[in-house]
Amino acid sequence: MPVTNYRTDQEFFVDMQRCIGCKACEMACSECETNGHESMIHVNYIDRAVTVQTTVQVCMHCDDPVCANVCPADAITKDEFGVVHTANTARCIGCSNCVMACPFGVPQKKETYDLMMKCNMCYDRTSAGKKPMCATVCPTQALYYGTREEIAKMRPNSTPVNNFIFGKESVSTKVNIMMPKGSTSLIID
Amino acid sequence: MAHLPVSPEKLIEQFGPHLNYPPREGFAGRDEPDKVVKTHCCFCGMQCGIKLLVKNDKVVGFDPWEEFPFNEGRLCPKGVQRYMQNNHPDRILQPLQRKEGVGFTPVSWDEAMEKTVAEIKRIQEKYGNDAFSVLSGVSLTNEKSYLMGKFARVALKTANLDYNGRLCMVSAGAGNKKAFGLDRTSNTYADLEKAEVIIVAGANISETFPTLTHWVWRARDHGAKLIVVDPRVIPLARTADLHLPVKPGTDSALYGAILKYLADHDMLDHDFIDNHTTDFDKALAAVKDYTLEWAEEITGIEKAKIELAAQWWGKAKTSFLLHARGIEHHSKGVDNVLGCINIVLATGRIGKPYCGYGTITGQGNGQGGREHGHKCDQLPGNRDITNPEHRKYIAGVWGIDEKDMPGKGYTAYELIEAIHRGEVKGLLSICFNPLVSLPNNNYVREALEKLEFYVSIDFFMNETARHADIILAGSLQEEEEGTVTTAEGRVVRIRKAVNPPGHARSDTSIILELAKRLGAEDKFTYQNSEELFNELRVASKGGTADYYGITYQKIEDTMGVFWPCPTLNHPGTPRLWEDKKFATPDGKAHFNPVTYRDPGEITDEEYPVILTTGRVVSQYLSGTQTRRIGKLVDLYPEPKLEIHPELALKYGIKQNELVQVTTRRGTDEFPANIVETIRTDTVFLPYHWPGKKSANQFTPATLDPVSKIPEFKVCACNLKATGVISPPSTASGAYASI
Ligand code: SF4
Ligand code: SF4
Ligand code: SF4
Repeated sequence: MPVTNYRTDQEFFVDMQRCIGCKACEMACSECETNGHESMIHVNYIDRAVTVQTTVQVCMHCDDPVCANVCPADAITKDEFGVVHTANTARCIGCSNCVMACPFGVPQKKETYDLMMKCNMCYDRTSAGKKPMCATVCPTQALYYGTREEIAKMRPNSTPVNNFIFGKESVSTKVNIMMPKGSTSLIID
Repeated sequence: MAHLPVSPEKLIEQFGPHLNYPPREGFAGRDEPDKVVKTHCCFCGMQCGIKLLVKNDKVVGFDPWEEFPFNEGRLCPKGVQRYMQNNHPDRILQPLQRKEGVGFTPVSWDEAMEKTVAEIKRIQEKYGNDAFSVLSGVSLTNEKSYLMGKFARVALKTANLDYNGRLCMVSAGAGNKKAFGLDRTSNTYADLEKAEVIIVAGANISETFPTLTHWVWRARDHGAKLIVVDPRVIPLARTADLHLPVKPGTDSALYGAILKYLADHDMLDHDFIDNHTTDFDKALAAVKDYTLEWAEEITGIEKAKIELAAQWWGKAKTSFLLHARGIEHHSKGVDNVLGCINIVLATGRIGKPYCGYGTITGQGNGQGGREHGHKCDQLPGNRDITNPEHRKYIAGVWGIDEKDMPGKGYTAYELIEAIHRGEVKGLLSICFNPLVSLPNNNYVREALEKLEFYVSIDFFMNETARHADIILAGSLQEEEEGTVTTAEGRVVRIRKAVNPPGHARSDTSIILELAKRLGAEDKFTYQNSEELFNELRVASKGGTADYYGITYQKIEDTMGVFWPCPTLNHPGTPRLWEDKKFATPDGKAHFNPVTYRDPGEITDEEYPVILTTGRVVSQYLSGTQTRRIGKLVDLYPEPKLEIHPELALKYGIKQNELVQVTTRRGTDEFPANIVETIRTDTVFLPYHWPGKKSANQFTPATLDPVSKIPEFKVCACNLKATGVISPPSTASGAYASI
């Protein structure tokens, strides 16, 4: 890894309650040339027939990334800061193992490039001490990038949670989800 | 001048809208821009700060401007994509002349100017000065708004000048003037943060002003109760403590009933009412019969909900009430606004920290654009064109005789009627697309066809400009220096980032050249925008919208100055009325009696369903700019008819089925989007599209008697299932327009 100005005191916080489904995050992410103008963050309606609630899925940057573990070509790496990088173009064989393995449904196989692509936490920006693009533009701060102290002060009624229980599996991540105050984990069945 | 010179398909082929996408490999030079320009988004009234990346005199990208205090880098999808209009292939690069059977052909600036001026003179000599008219727009900077007002009155000497703010928040302006004597939101949005109760009335904040949502969410972090009044569950309403699904056109009944409830339960600020307001008794007398039961029947909102809203509002110590077009686009828009103001005044929660009230301006310079005199009844500084004192002052600034200054002219839609009558024969438009944005637009098209001469100043060929005789290639926001006033009342700098491309010219230079050729050169001697601004400052001095103390440098130093700012050492006024001295002649805030009346068109057997209109997050107004940006169009390619499952069942309508919508003014088909997030008696259509996809082919031109705003938000319609399931939405379907 080259020398960087990556700010280790800053973290990513996602708060679905605040999302208005505007897709500014998708727009901003897809401005990135390293993504080939594809968005690495995904906003979806839960069920538009009954609600305007949207969800926003960013890569959670798992502590023990399954996508990287199952990759037969060792194309996916996690760096010293915990950022799980997108597939190395020279190595990725487009097998889609990672796409199927990720519990959050993040990696996507892009047919145009025959390549798995996923969020790398805007490494071009974060390694230069800037904030990720999607979190900077999100007009509602459903996506927030900053310190734990800042978020604690700003959101007195919420707690960041980065522990997810899938059946018997527990997954801890670098990215946090904002939950009602006092929550410690999110159970996803 | 009559019908289109060639088919719309041919015009679309030549001038678009075409969809512009960034090249896959990216814009060359984005990583190493020649300069990074701190300016503002060119779209809604939030005017979010943004940095534009410039390479080789082209805008090649953006970067968030995190230091700008209102949005701190946050942007909506339109803001993220706004840079894509600069390199757009549809850009008009030279003056064009209409040629029958051919379309539009390039002409030199000299020819275009000569023809324009000759036609203006011919029409004015033959039919009188007022037979030539001007329609201006409030996406223009303050400087250009001021210039258009002066140009119409001094160079053209016509009374018939109006602006597209007439379709936006004039009801709020008229209501604010009646109640406060001044027309501006009372506080910065940062005051929302610690408001205990927030009412958002008819304002789809999350789609029309997304970056304002942040301040509402901040308030909720501090425990604010949120009340959203809207016929639809808009994204902001999803988590609201109370959603009041008002029947379109009945808003004033709701506020009347709340006022009565506050009085009946003595939730009033007597000290404030007694010492700082007038006519409370009259306002109360007007609502004496407005019980909760009555309000439930009229508005369709359960009375328990109305009661709860009244209690929360009544008991709070701090509060903020925000409204937008949802209550203003009505034939009683002014009444709706006054109904809201009455409940704010009754509780005395204004002019204090975390207490506020205001309209949210929709267009880029919706605030500043309504202050500098390009509306038919107004002179700069928000002065009144019929007031002899005001006329005298401005005539002095302009160096003309007061008696040479025209009087009050027609408002926007009245102007169209005057064209139909043959009273008005010529038109100049700038930054206004009436064929999409005015109501009853089939009638508008007929008017355009009756004009003897029409000249349009624009940067893209909009739907109205297709009817022009001459098109003068103007400039984008980022191609000229200037200022705009945000919805908060903050005057900010617009920076020139690039030059107009090709032979296009800055709007200002075009107007100045026309003025010169019309023989008024000595009155229009500005060398740059700052000189224009400095004259505007003097013209506004002593008016209610006083900009005198604001200079380019001061804005630069402070990232914006709030008007009024009457002297050079004045810091500006972020929060109005802290001294309880209102801008009315008696210095008091005025209650106004509001008696409920029905909307202009009510449902009946033939037209049993209410149609209401509004915006989607990815499009801006008539879409002249946004319908050309690929990624924005992909988000929502064509208008869909939102309809509740119960109503859909009644008409046998299936998801995505084409529904025939018929009103007294037109009929067309739209794919159904069946959602529970709308009232069961109301359907919704977004209005950004032209021709066959236009919502404004349906809307009636019933005007508010005071503000003359058209009733965009209520009309009666009938629905019919066609049995045809619409294919997935694509842009192409939305563009074949007439
Ligand atoms: S930008 Fe923010 S509010 Fe908009 S869709 Fe993305 S997460 Fe949601
Ligand atoms: S962090 Fe960067 S790469 Fe990841 S989703 Fe956000 S904008 Fe895209
Ligand atoms: S459209 Fe409005 S909210 Fe969106 S970025 Fe532009 S100014 Fe901000």
